[in-house]
Amino acid sequence: MAERLRILPLREAHRAAGARFAPFAGWDMPLQYAGIIEEHRAVRERAGVFDVSHMGRVELRGADVGARLRSITTANVASLEPGKSRYSLYCTEQGGIADDIIAYRLEADRWLIVHNADNAAADAERVRTVLGDAMTDIGLETVMLAVQGPEAAEALRATLGLDLESVPRHGCVELDWRGGRVFFGRTGYTGEDGGECVTDPATGRLLWDALLEAGVAPIGLGARDTLRLEAALPLHGHDISPATNPYEAGLGWAVGLKDGADFTGREALVALSERPQRRRLSCLRLLDRGVPRADYPVVDPSHSEAGAIAVLTSGAFSPSLEVGISMAYLPALLSDVGTHLAVDIRGRAIPAQVVARPFYQRRS
Amino acid sequence: MEIPADLRYTPEDEWLRLEADGTATVGITDYAQGQLGDIVFVELPDLGRTIEAGQPFGVVESVKAVSDLFMPVSGEIVARNDALEQSSELVNQSPYADGWIARIRPSDPAQVEALMTADAYRAQLPADAE
Repeated sequence: MAERLRILPLREAHRAAGARFAPFAGWDMPLQYAGIIEEHRAVRERAGVFDVSHMGRVELRGADVGARLRSITTANVASLEPGKSRYSLYCTEQGGIADDIIAYRLEADRWLIVHNADNAAADAERVRTVLGDAMTDIGLETVMLAVQGPEAAEALRATLGLDLESVPRHGCVELDWRGGRVFFGRTGYTGEDGGECVTDPATGRLLWDALLEAGVAPIGLGARDTLRLEAALPLHGHDISPATNPYEAGLGWAVGLKDGADFTGREALVALSERPQRRRLSCLRLLDRGVPRADYPVVDPSHSEAGAIAVLTSGAFSPSLEVGISMAYLPALLSDVGTHLAVDIRGRAIPAQVVARPFYQRRS
Repeated sequence: MEIPADLRYTPEDEWLRLEADGTATVGITDYAQGQLGDIVFVELPDLGRTIEAGQPFGVVESVKAVSDLFMPVSGEIVARNDALEQSSELVNQSPYADGWIARIRPSDPAQVEALMTADAYRAQLPADAE
């Protein structure tokens, strides 16, 4: 039974920019415009804009939001200062990752939380359970545009009149622009500088047009995936899920145990934090031609009779490095940087090597 | 979208050109490369291999998709476009010339005649194909 796909408020703008659409998380999303590789390079070398309005967004109001939110987040969001954001996880009671989120504290008593599109409904329910009427789901009444790349600062200055240097990394501000209110957070999902804007659809359309006019390239979900994978940023539902824990995913830094606050999954996470992980989310780079993709088996060539030691959680051709890159939960003993392994691509063992995270780091 | 009139086509979006020496060159159509997007890997067939019509003989991979290549006619592989190993983007840039994939010596020339003409190929593409 096919559910009707949700349509982005700025769909006509995407169509006019030459978008090819594809379904993702219940939304009909722009997959590409000029081409995934060209778009990828535009973000690495100049600047690009992504319509990520499919992401879930809830606004929270009240003096005690921080304390109540803290009961469901792994990170200590209660200590967040106004004008700052923090990456966090929602975990299951067993310590599995239910979602990864960003909590922005706009003012002492006003917050914005961004959820993954696939989990938006469940996350909103989770938040409502502890915050009740303090929560408003603004996902369908706002749009979210990410502006990323080495020239993002210039583009934001030319359009929004925003001085990016005035916003600290992970900081957030709100501004009045052309009759609308624009939220801006200095966050992103590409490994580049820039930020993410949330505003009403009419103002969003003005911003989209202004950015394109300023020479910013429209970027689809295809390049968003290759960009985030080069930056080794996990994608929920692939690299992290309720079946993986924060420590093996390399996200232990997003679990705050020191403040002593109780939160969903705390007990399990304390236990997990006290023992060594048997597997580790690792970066694998192909040493020969081929495109690694999610679900392909990883084998140890010195013990190929043992079969798959892992499966890829993500994989792609890296437009920046021009090789295949991938991630997998490797057994801890085989996860050291430099370890030689192989990825089984249609029955052929293509040599691969464990490399340091991330695959790509911007020059700063 | 280009569909040269002098080639033959399959419903799987391969083209075939009969050469003067009796061999046939095979590739994927302009429509196919456009649908796939940026092609980043081509798996070429081994020389001398015998392939039946309709059987897979290689793979093209774009950033987003993996797609099998199906041989339009039966025969033996007599050449392959090794340039694609380093420059798979040739399939996007020049699907009917520099982006050819393999050359086959057809074992049954009648199979060539049974392939679609350019008009027939165009007619079975989606109405909104560009």
